Amino acid sequence: MKAFREWSVAGAFGVLLVVLAIVAPSFFQFQPLLSLAAREAPSLIVTGGMALIILSRQIDISVGSQFALCGVTAGLLAGQNLPLPVVALACILAGAVLGALNGVLVAALGLPSIVVTLATMVAWREGLRWWRQGQFVDLPDGLQWLGMPQQTGQAFVIVVALVIFCALAVALRKIALGRFVYAVGSDEEAARLAGLRPRLVTFGVFVTMGALTGLAAMLNAIQSPQVDPKSGTGLELRAIAAVVVGGVAISGGRGSLWGVLAGALLLACIAPALTHLHVEAYWSRAIEGSIILLAVVADGIRQRKVATK
Amino acid sequence: MAAPLIHFKNIRKSFGAVRALRGVNFDLQAGEVHALLGENGAGKSTLIKIATGAHQPDEGVIEMEGHDLGRLGPAAAKRHGIACIYQQPALFQDLTVMENIALRLDPPSPTRRINWNARKQRAIDLLQRVGAEIAPQTEVRELSMPEQQLVEIACAVGAEARVVIMDEPTASLTRQEQERLFGIVRELRNRGVGVIYISHRLEEIFALADRVTVLRDGESVGTLLAGDIDETRLIRLMVGREMEQLYPPLRDAPATEDARPAALQLRNVSCAAGGVRDVSLAVRPGEVFGLAGLVGAGRTELARVLFGLTPADGGEILVQGVAKIIRSPRDAVDLGIAYVPEDRRRHGVVLELPVAQNVSLAIHRRLFRGGWLRFGAERKLAEKFIAQLAIKTSGPDAAAGNLSGGNQQKVALARWLATEPKILILDEPTQGVDVGAKSEIHRIVRQLAESGLAVILISSDLPEVIGMSDRIGVMRGGRLTAVLPRKSPAETVMSAALGRGDEGAAA
Repeated sequence: MKAFREWSVAGAFGVLLVVLAIVAPSFFQFQPLLSLAAREAPSLIVTGGMALIILSRQIDISVGSQFALCGVTAGLLAGQNLPLPVVALACILAGAVLGALNGVLVAALGLPSIVVTLATMVAWREGLRWWRQGQFVDLPDGLQWLGMPQQTGQAFVIVVALVIFCALAVALRKIALGRFVYAVGSDEEAARLAGLRPRLVTFGVFVTMGALTGLAAMLNAIQSPQVDPKSGTGLELRAIAAVVVGGVAISGGRGSLWGVLAGALLLACIAPALTHLHVEAYWSRAIEGSIILLAVVADGIRQRKVATK
Repeated sequence: MAAPLIHFKNIRKSFGAVRALRGVNFDLQAGEVHALLGENGAGKSTLIKIATGAHQPDEGVIEMEGHDLGRLGPAAAKRHGIACIYQQPALFQDLTVMENIALRLDPPSPTRRINWNARKQRAIDLLQRVGAEIAPQTEVRELSMPEQQLVEIACAVGAEARVVIMDEPTASLTRQEQERLFGIVRELRNRGVGVIYISHRLEEIFALADRVTVLRDGESVGTLLAGDIDETRLIRLMVGREMEQLYPPLRDAPATEDARPAALQLRNVSCAAGGVRDVSLAVRPGEVFGLAGLVGAGRTELARVLFGLTPADGGEILVQGVAKIIRSPRDAVDLGIAYVPEDRRRHGVVLELPVAQNVSLAIHRRLFRGGWLRFGAERKLAEKFIAQLAIKTSGPDAAAGNLSGGNQQKVALARWLATEPKILILDEPTQGVDVGAKSEIHRIVRQLAESGLAVILISSDLPEVIGMSDRIGVMRGGRLTAVLPRKSPAETVMSAALGRGDEGAAA
């Protein structure tokens, strides 16, 4: 079947929902679900960017630190009473600059992205700690939920995240640049021989990742009265997990954003679902881990089948 | 005469449908240098791999001093004293010389204590015996290629190898280093070691060998004593086969008489990084210009220069009579140059993308104005080429990786034809392709030339390059050493490729 992998993840998500509907219908309450979705919306955006990164056969583990740095920057600028669009733009721009730095090191110098982003991950996180001494940044009054009522604000955040994600999905499929990402990810040398510019594509993907992280940080910041300088810890791992579960090959070049969406939804629901199923919360990490393992094993088996065909 | 040191009797070996060896007889006496000669693909490497136990023959017997060795694996080959010095030394780059020698010579034992002093002393002794001035604690990556070869030879000496195989050992050596290597080979011979010596350079064979065996198309076609060797005879043995395949007919009038400017002209083009030196040639529209030569002669490297992958650092490239600078594949594409790389490298198509996307990959800017993909247009383009080139696929949406080698090659060709090139460079277009697909590709290439393309055809397949080309350029050591007229005899092309008779043949 075509897109078997995407459908099986979506199927698993569907099964989870059905089980919840039968065993714990209390899960489907409007306000808790809305809050859950709004809380997870920023990481969905980061996950979309991560999908681009992994499709182009790279990795970026610095997004969590970028996220914190962008959030704090946005908070400080907002504290200067700058107009909101300026703050948002600056936050996105900050992310793009951080992404561009990764991109230059990876694309122009040809360094392995795992090492580069490991270095920037630690650098930004520790730099932030040294700079802010762990202090929270207070946001001006009108900023939380952009001054809207909470439910409207939450809906806004969710809509923005979904729109961005869908735009990415469409772009990846419908725009030539999206195809270049696949081509570079599956065989960089072949892409070069076809007259593409793989290094430019790689650079662009890292910049996009950074900008999306900046946007996500902004959407996260407006959900609370303060910005936590430790926010975004572990974000990179959750994003990578969702991408892998969603069926994107870690070796690049294969997978779709629809599968990634299903993967992100599935992983986001595990922990709250367990609470409603009265399973101890510490099992949630183990179950998430098992799902990731299952996804990777499934890919491994499929790869072997292809190889021996 | 005593039973030979090692004797290969009627060895046969197939890889799938490809019959690599179809009856090889080869024997080596102790204290003899026996040269093995043959075209690319004649079966030399397969024979070496059988001798070192890397492959097992399908049929045939290997005897050592009259005893059947039976099934010969790598460990058994080593135990019997068979050592091979490859063209690219297979040493551990991050370990020191003495550790590399120890890994080769000591039986693996993970728990025994290492006697470093003994190791070092042995390394010093062995290196001295082969005349190498290398400190045993040097990391191998710091050594030059010839030095690494010496380490390999030291290992062979240390293992007390009785059969030493040398696979083109002089390929990367300077004159002086060659002389030293010859000294070591003679020294080995004097100590009763049998040496199988593989080289394309006839002068080395004349200088060293006691006997020569020629392989052709997987068969041993003759063994000559050193005294009987003469060049013409050797070359005739190497290429002496009938053209077993029919090639599409060449056009009557050679395109060389064309009044139009050359589609592509090179004036003293060099590229230090690619090892291309001082190449001048002109290819006219409608002409198939063949490029013959041995592996490593610089043909692919020249193609990479023309396509901007390793840009030229000297000379001039003229496209349609105008001097151009080609710095990247994109520059080349913009100038109407297309390059279908060697299939062997598997970079001709993106295996994970569908056929249609592979076909459109080089013309995105033209096919998709504004960047929006138009799947209809793409599909139509792909279907056109699937029909035109008779690509066997379940459809434009099939992943290119699921196609056979020949059909992948056609997809790669389709991608470049879609760019509507003026100059088409084909690098080994029929390598690893079955016979049917091969003659189809020949027919397509001929048609393309007739429609006015200038085609540069790189091929190691002599009958192919002779049967397909209007003119045949021969490269050797990064230089274009001869340009021969169409239908030149295979012997002439081969001698030019081997570096014999350059003077008379240059046209």
